[in-house]
Amino acid sequence: MSENTEVEVGATMSPENLELLGRVSAALGAEAIIESAQAVGDLVVRVANASWREAAKACRGALGFNYLSFIGGIDWMPAPVVGGEAGDTSSPVQPAEQTYGAAGSAGRFQVFARVASTSVPRSGLTLKVDLDEESPAVDSWVSIYPGADWHERETWEMLGIGFNGHPSLRHLYLPAEFEGNPLRKDFPLLAREVKPWPGLVNVEPMPGEDVEEEAE
Amino acid sequence: MPKFEVDPAVHRGLADARLNVEIDNGDMILNLGPQHPATHGTLRLVVRLDGERVVASDVVIGYMHRGYEKLTEYRTYPQITTLINRIDWLSSFANEVPFVHAAEQLMGIEAPPRAEYIRTALTELSRIATFLLFLGEMGLQVGAITPAFYGFRDREYVLNAIESATGGRFHPNFNRIGGLKDDLPWGWIAETRESMRKVLKSCDEFEDLVVSNPIFQKRTRGIGIIPAELGASYGVSGSNLRASGVDWDLRRDGKPYLVYNDLDWKVWTHSDGDSFARYWVRLQETRESARMVLQLLDVMPSGPVMTKVPKIIKVPEGEVWVNTENPLGEMGYYVISKGATGPFRVKIRTASLSNVSIAPWLLRGVYLPDIITVLASLYFILGDIDK
Repeated sequence: MSENTEVEVGATMSPENLELLGRVSAALGAEAIIESAQAVGDLVVRVANASWREAAKACRGALGFNYLSFIGGIDWMPAPVVGGEAGDTSSPVQPAEQTYGAAGSAGRFQVFARVASTSVPRSGLTLKVDLDEESPAVDSWVSIYPGADWHERETWEMLGIGFNGHPSLRHLYLPAEFEGNPLRKDFPLLAREVKPWPGLVNVEPMPGEDVEEEAE
Repeated sequence: MPKFEVDPAVHRGLADARLNVEIDNGDMILNLGPQHPATHGTLRLVVRLDGERVVASDVVIGYMHRGYEKLTEYRTYPQITTLINRIDWLSSFANEVPFVHAAEQLMGIEAPPRAEYIRTALTELSRIATFLLFLGEMGLQVGAITPAFYGFRDREYVLNAIESATGGRFHPNFNRIGGLKDDLPWGWIAETRESMRKVLKSCDEFEDLVVSNPIFQKRTRGIGIIPAELGASYGVSGSNLRASGVDWDLRRDGKPYLVYNDLDWKVWTHSDGDSFARYWVRLQETRESARMVLQLLDVMPSGPVMTKVPKIIKVPEGEVWVNTENPLGEMGYYVISKGATGPFRVKIRTASLSNVSIAPWLLRGVYLPDIITVLASLYFILGDIDK
């Protein structure tokens, strides 16, 4: 697929995405847009934290994106190596330096969302917003897209990202007493720390197996 | 306070069992689930009733949360298809397709045409299997038990077809990055054609038995109406949104995927937006899918089912959003890769989560027995809500 090479920031955009980017900056104001990129055919626009709510209003209003697909968060911190150096070799090892995806990021946390239009085929826009690293928070979209409610609750509990103006930020998936934010990269997956899995090597010998080894 | 208006302060506390005791304003609090046969899994519904009418309700989910987004960060790409099979367990094959496409698009490879045709056929088969269960079970929710038996019976034909091709009835794990694990077995095309005829016949039975049934119509017409604009802003998708008159199907309106553009089919909509419309739309879509499968079997190209891929799959750096029209609605994966053997972050967008998030709004003012039919007509799978 030729679009594959266009992932890099600043690469050439398709005419449709350039046209959409023009409409986005007209509706939102050029100063609100920090960066934009194309990720495998889709337009990704990074907006300023202060303009996040305005961005939703522009999407639902002037841009005609009436459908909210999802809201989620990303922790760009490099993933720690599971189980130390001699530990689990079956888990993928991620690069040790902190790099950012399409349209970049100012720091560790980002919230991203996808909106689309149900009346225009092949429409859609991915929005990203930078957050403060110490106390990550951004304005809530609930009053614009009511469906944002659960997605924001999920992002809040999974990544510890606050949503200003959300009617009730409480746990969605996890028990009310749960502490920590599981999707943060520094939150260990305990099962993997305790025992390497799925075992490339079965660490526990099958019954009878150890006897044979001794005999050899 | 007007009679059926939601008091936000009370509404907020409903999920908290400790608070429920403290609400003392004469209304009755009814707890439905988490283990209730009509909730299709462990979904808990807390409903505040005034007489027989629902004043406010809250959906409590997460009893089956398995942390798939976290787990994907600890898996390699080929291992993840095993996981995501279990998100929406009724249409597992359809779950695999967008993820595999995401990896393929980032790697810049494409599956051979035959693989894409087989993928389309199996996706539509899983759609039929999912919907047949719904068509039968929806009758059960209004007290008719026969359709449920018919639904389960006819789903077996489809599951047999899926099993004979993939080896798995529920969790095929048949997709590979770059194609499929295997080609179709001998005789599969003829057998599946026969099964599709049975499915079409079964759809006619549901039309007679359920759709034209006056009791069923009384229980579902005009109840649980989702306005199109509100539904879209809640992220309601798939047949639920099409039943509200929104002519939007990602198979036709999304980024082109699989081979839907080569087929002759139509998108069904209904203007009413009530429980009945959702049933009716799914019934038509089952028929349409069966016709699609029949077309696919006729034009299935020959050739390999797997393209050349490296032995260890490393996906180049980049990010991609792939969404598809799954039986329950829009399912998508936002895959962020940093060039390793596994993804850096996968955001899973499941259809049921957004579809059910409208329930508190939808159930307001509904009579108690209709809660079940409205929820059933939204058609959700708990694994798809809880991830």
